[in-house]
Amino acid sequence: MAELTTLAGAIAELVHDGDTVALEGFTHLIPHAAGHELIRQRRRGLTLVRMTPDMVYDQLIGAGCAERLVFSWGGNPGVGSLHRFRDAVEREWPHPLVLEEHSHAGMATRYAAGASGLPFGVLRGYVGTDLVHHTSSLAPITCPFTGEQLTAVPALNPDVGIVHAQRADRHGNVQLWGLVGVQKEVVLASRRSIVTVEEVVEELEPRPGAVVLPSWVVSAVCEVPGGAHPSFAMGYSVRDNAFYRAWDDIARDRGTFTDWIGQHILGTADFAEYRRSFAADQEAAARG
Amino acid sequence: MAEQASADDVMIVNAARALGQAAADGRAVCFVGIGLPSTAANLARRLYDPAPVLVYESGCIGSKPTRLPLSIGDGELGETADAVVSVPEIFAYWLQASRIDIGFLGGAQLDRLGNINSTVIGSYEHPGTRLPGAGGAPEIAASAGWVMVIMRQARRAFVERCDFRSSVGFGDGPGDRERLGLRGGGPQLVITDLGVLEPDPVTCELVMTALHPGVTRDQAVAATGWPLHFADDLAVTDHLGQHELDALRALQEA
Repeated sequence: MAELTTLAGAIAELVHDGDTVALEGFTHLIPHAAGHELIRQRRRGLTLVRMTPDMVYDQLIGAGCAERLVFSWGGNPGVGSLHRFRDAVEREWPHPLVLEEHSHAGMATRYAAGASGLPFGVLRGYVGTDLVHHTSSLAPITCPFTGEQLTAVPALNPDVGIVHAQRADRHGNVQLWGLVGVQKEVVLASRRSIVTVEEVVEELEPRPGAVVLPSWVVSAVCEVPGGAHPSFAMGYSVRDNAFYRAWDDIARDRGTFTDWIGQHILGTADFAEYRRSFAADQEAAARG
Repeated sequence: MAEQASADDVMIVNAARALGQAAADGRAVCFVGIGLPSTAANLARRLYDPAPVLVYESGCIGSKPTRLPLSIGDGELGETADAVVSVPEIFAYWLQASRIDIGFLGGAQLDRLGNINSTVIGSYEHPGTRLPGAGGAPEIAASAGWVMVIMRQARRAFVERCDFRSSVGFGDGPGDRERLGLRGGGPQLVITDLGVLEPDPVTCELVMTALHPGVTRDQAVAATGWPLHFADDLAVTDHLGQHELDALRALQEA
C-alpha cells in the first residue's frame, strides 16, 4: 500500500546514491518538485532514465547528481538546447556523463517490457541508423513465426520511478488524465515508485480516459500542489512556456545556473518555499 | 501585396500546400514534429478542407489547436484531439502499424540520399555540438507512408554525408530501404527556403525540382554541400497568395 508522506521523506527513504531513477512525464505531469528534492538532498551517482530529459534533467545534470543518462531526446522543446546537458557531454562539466541513447519508440517499448515483467521488448526500429553502432542495449532478432528481422531492446526496470499526477485518494490510489505519456508503464516497471499529486481527495470520481494506479503498486504518494511546474497538470495548471524560454538564459552559463540552483533549490526548504522564491523572482523581473 | 513574405514564410506555405494536396488526395494523416513541421501542418489545417489529420508523439490524434504549440505536449494539443493515447500506444499501434500517411520531419543535417542527422555534429564520442538526439524520428522515417522534410537550405546543413545517421532516408543508395526492411516510402519531398528537392527515381539522390520565385540556381548550388543537380523541367513555385500569408500571420500571432 502506498504511504502518504512528505516528498522529502519519500526521497530520503526510497532514492539512494547510485540508484537508477526514472522521472517521467511526456511534457505533461513532469515531476519537477521531486527533481528539486533530489538536488536538495544531494543525491550522487544516479543513472537517470527519461525519454525527454528536458529542464528537469538539465537541473539534475548541472547540479552534479547524474553519472549516466538513458534517453531518446534531450532538448528544451520549442526553445533549443539543454545547456547543462550539452556542457556535461561536450566538456564534462561538472563531471562526465555516460550516455545510453535510444529512440522514443525504443524507450517506450523498454518501459512496456519492464511493466510486463518481460526481459525484452520488440519493435520495428533502429535498423540502418548509427544508433545501432553506438548503443549496446539493442540487438537484431528474428521473428520465430514469420522470419521478419526486428529489433530487441532490454526491459527498463528502474530502482525508482517518479511521476506527477492530478490526484490520489486517502488510501493512495492515484488518478491521472490528459496526456498520460508513459506514467503507468514507468510506475509498473520500477521496483519502487513515488507519485506527487496536486491534491489528495476523499474519493476519486471516475473520469473518462483516466489512468488509475492502485495504491498497492505505488510506494509513496506525496501531496505537492503545482509540483509539475513549469510543466503542467491538466485541469489544475497550464504549461509555463515563458519559464521554459527563460531557462535558456539561466542554464546557458555555469555561473547563472549555479546561482539559480543555490537561490531557488538549495536555498529553499521545500517546494512550497521554492514557489515563493520563484514568484518573488518573477515579480522582481516584472518590475525591471 | 502590402507585406513582403520572408524566405521562411515561402518555405512554410509551400509545405502547407503539399499537405493540402495530400489531404485532397485523401491520404494526409500526418505525424508532426515540433517547430517548422508543426507550423506548416497547422497552417495547412487552416487553409484546406479537407484538412490533414495531425498526430503528435505525445499521443494526440487529430489535434486542432487554435494557436501554435511550443512543445509537442502543450495542453491544447490534448484538449482539441479526437483521441489521446499513451506514448507506447502512439508508436506501436499507430506509427509502427502503418496507420500514418506522412511523416513530417526537420533536422540539423540532411544528406544527398535524404538521411537525417539530429544527434551530433562531429564524432559521437567527442561531439563538437551535441544535438537533442533522434526522439521519434527514426521510426517515423522508417514506417510513415512517405516523409516530407522541411529545412533551411545551407551548406553546413545540406551535406554529402551526415556526421551521424539518426534517421534513414535512402541509406547508402537504391535498394537500401528494401534491404533494411523499412516499410515506408522514405523522403519524397524536401521543402526549403530556396525551393523543393525530390529524390531521383533511379539514383535516389535529392534533386532540385523547383525554386521559389526570385531564387537563382547559383544560390541553390551555393547552399548545398553536394554537387547539386536540377530537374530538366525545373519549376518555379507559385507566388504566395495574400490569403496564405494572412492565415500564416493569424496563426503566428494567435
